[in-house]
Amino acid sequence: MSNNQPVYTDNDPQSELVTLNLGPTHPATHGVFQNVLQMDGERIVSGVSTIGYIHRAFEKIAEHRPFYQITPLTDRLNYCSSPINNMGWHMTVEKLLNIQIPKRVDYLRVIIMELSRIADHIICNTIIAQDTGATTTFLYLFQYREHIYEIFEEICGARLTTNIGRIGGLERDFNEVAFAKINKFLKEFPAALKEFESLLNRNRIFIDRTKGVAEVTADTALSYSWTGPLLRATGIDYDVRVSEPYSSYQDFDFEIPVGTSGDIFDRYLVRNEEMWQSVRIIEQAMEKLKSEPKGIFHADVPDFYLPGKEQVYNNMEALIYHFKIVMGEIDAPKAEVYHAVEGGNGELGFYLINDGGRSPYRLHFRRPSFINYQMYAKMSEGMLLSDAIINMSSMNIIAGELDA
Amino acid sequence: MAKATNTELIDLLGEKFGEQLFDVSEPYGLLTFSTTKDKVIDVLSFLKENGRINFNFLTDITAVHYPEKEQIAVVYHLHSMVSGIRVRLKVFLHENDPKIASATVLWNGANWMERETYDFFGVKFEGHPDLRRILNMDDLGVHPMLKQYPLEDPNRVDKKDEYFGR
Amino acid sequence: MLLVLVVIGQAFLFINMSEIKIVEAPPGIEGNGFFATSLDKAIGLARSHSLWPLPFATSCCGIEFMATMGSHYDFGRFGSERLSFSPRQADVLMVMGTIAKKMGPVLKQVYLQMAEPRWVMAVGACASSGGIFDTYSVLQGIDEIIPVDVYVPGCPPRPEAILDGFQRIQDLVKNESGRRRHSPEYKELLASYGIQ
Repeated sequence: MSNNQPVYTDNDPQSELVTLNLGPTHPATHGVFQNVLQMDGERIVSGVSTIGYIHRAFEKIAEHRPFYQITPLTDRLNYCSSPINNMGWHMTVEKLLNIQIPKRVDYLRVIIMELSRIADHIICNTIIAQDTGATTTFLYLFQYREHIYEIFEEICGARLTTNIGRIGGLERDFNEVAFAKINKFLKEFPAALKEFESLLNRNRIFIDRTKGVAEVTADTALSYSWTGPLLRATGIDYDVRVSEPYSSYQDFDFEIPVGTSGDIFDRYLVRNEEMWQSVRIIEQAMEKLKSEPKGIFHADVPDFYLPGKEQVYNNMEALIYHFKIVMGEIDAPKAEVYHAVEGGNGELGFYLINDGGRSPYRLHFRRPSFINYQMYAKMSEGMLLSDAIINMSSMNIIAGELDA
Repeated sequence: MAKATNTELIDLLGEKFGEQLFDVSEPYGLLTFSTTKDKVIDVLSFLKENGRINFNFLTDITAVHYPEKEQIAVVYHLHSMVSGIRVRLKVFLHENDPKIASATVLWNGANWMERETYDFFGVKFEGHPDLRRILNMDDLGVHPMLKQYPLEDPNRVDKKDEYFGR
Repeated sequence: MLLVLVVIGQAFLFINMSEIKIVEAPPGIEGNGFFATSLDKAIGLARSHSLWPLPFATSCCGIEFMATMGSHYDFGRFGSERLSFSPRQADVLMVMGTIAKKMGPVLKQVYLQMAEPRWVMAVGACASSGGIFDTYSVLQGIDEIIPVDVYVPGCPPRPEAILDGFQRIQDLVKNESGRRRHSPEYKELLASYGIQ
């Protein structure tokens, strides 16, 4: 049943089932998702997902924009952790152009990416708690997400859709205030996260609502191409950061948390543990930065790295390079490249085909939310409606990434 | 298990399929090859079920349109988590009649990926349980990612070409 | 538990009584034991401080709205603590995020379900004009299908900008004539969108 068009049985007096149109503007779905459910009382008999309510044609736009203008598009894919998408895109192009990035830039990037992973997981886990009835955690931990945004603001000037970085490095160096804010965050966040955990981890109500709900076996998860925390909650230790280290993740010491049953509680625990690991990674990166030469924030590739405005206005060469990059005369190899990063929700892949033109010939995003979400309607069968709601929150489906 | 190498994989596939796999290359270390549309499910299931290489994970399905060659390429990315290696498989179809067997028999996850590809490029996946549009509206009428269709809405009246120098 | 909270809350109120800002009365004639003003102004004043927003959050701007609702920016200060997810009880429709053409009819339906008086706030570039998504699938601004009162620029706007936009809505509400919704101009406006 779940593979057909949505069924509405409202006008059928013979039907014992009730049609519930959950979405696309339902308050409990945190985004634009529509599920037409057949309900037997509180229990879902079958469901059909409809998506595409904010389809914005990213891939088509990307075919009409020069490389450096695609960064703002990637911001809006998974807008809860934009910097990971930005970096993923930059690294794809750098892979295409064979650019070597200095270690210091890699470490700075790792710090940004891990901060945004924390921000992403804060949203997901507090929303799970919110949907099980605990608003406290949402109000409490969101304060720390606000601190992360302040750090981003210090680095790039924007909060949410950050547009951090350039092809070849970062747009500017971190200033002292940014480092101070990161240090402050590292000092304060663990205490808050610990408190968050102690509110929920052994909370009888929370455990009753989440444990054993929406269990998924590892085989099913693999067959549906799940990645990220959802896959790890089923017990498979697949993490792109470890299996194919990008940027400089091979230099860091961290663990991949895995669950056992793939239920909502396991997903929650996996995300929480990942936040701890992210804190560990950032601490190590801050330590490593001390031994790196100061002031380097991009690779020395003037052909591809968009120079800063100060240079453009005051320096002849920079002006020429700026003109060449903006007017689209860069010389990129004709090739195809696939690059994956571990986004907040799983493997975020960029499949780029370049034909030597100003813009990509084809750019495809492997969007984890889109691929993870397809099992949702199938999973919901036989589930209580209230469980299906927290199941959706725990999958952390981001509408922008889902619909592209 | 030790990481399998591309050469090993080429030998193994060459042994099994011989001439049916062609255009073998390794751009940026990712083994890429093409096959014909009749063989695609055989190749995919061999890659998935062979115990030595075990490409158990379907990363992605998408398509690329080449209007000057009048072709649409369906591109599969597979990943072997056990041996830590990826492959890319391409099947070139004629743009007037893009039909190919569905990979939903091998992976459940192929379902939406193929629906997306159908929606964008009009590739018909035969044997797909539910091939209909997924992201665009049902009455869109065209497959928008084909190169001949414009990015902007052609029905707009407020955007005059003369203001944009075209 | 709730009782305790209320008691604490009241104690807090008591202590900080001097810091509480009370809105000023609208201009009127004051005398011994009476205060006369126009009914419109009194109603506008009351309405503007208890607007129930309907957050129609679709994408990035919705996340900034979550930040606005959070403890840091505290949207509740403006009398909008209570989000009304049901259009029937909502006063302000806050459209946050890209509205694709597929979503357009849904948005219009939600608008139609709202009772008069209703205000609409387009938050962010996409809702205002389509933003960077000038594509075949995105509606180029929600004012193509419903009338909009306040536009908030930004991609996404900062929480401060959302709050500012909301205060502009409050200004509109305060100064709106009680008969505006019956005026021929307003009917003409709705008719231009095909709304009866």
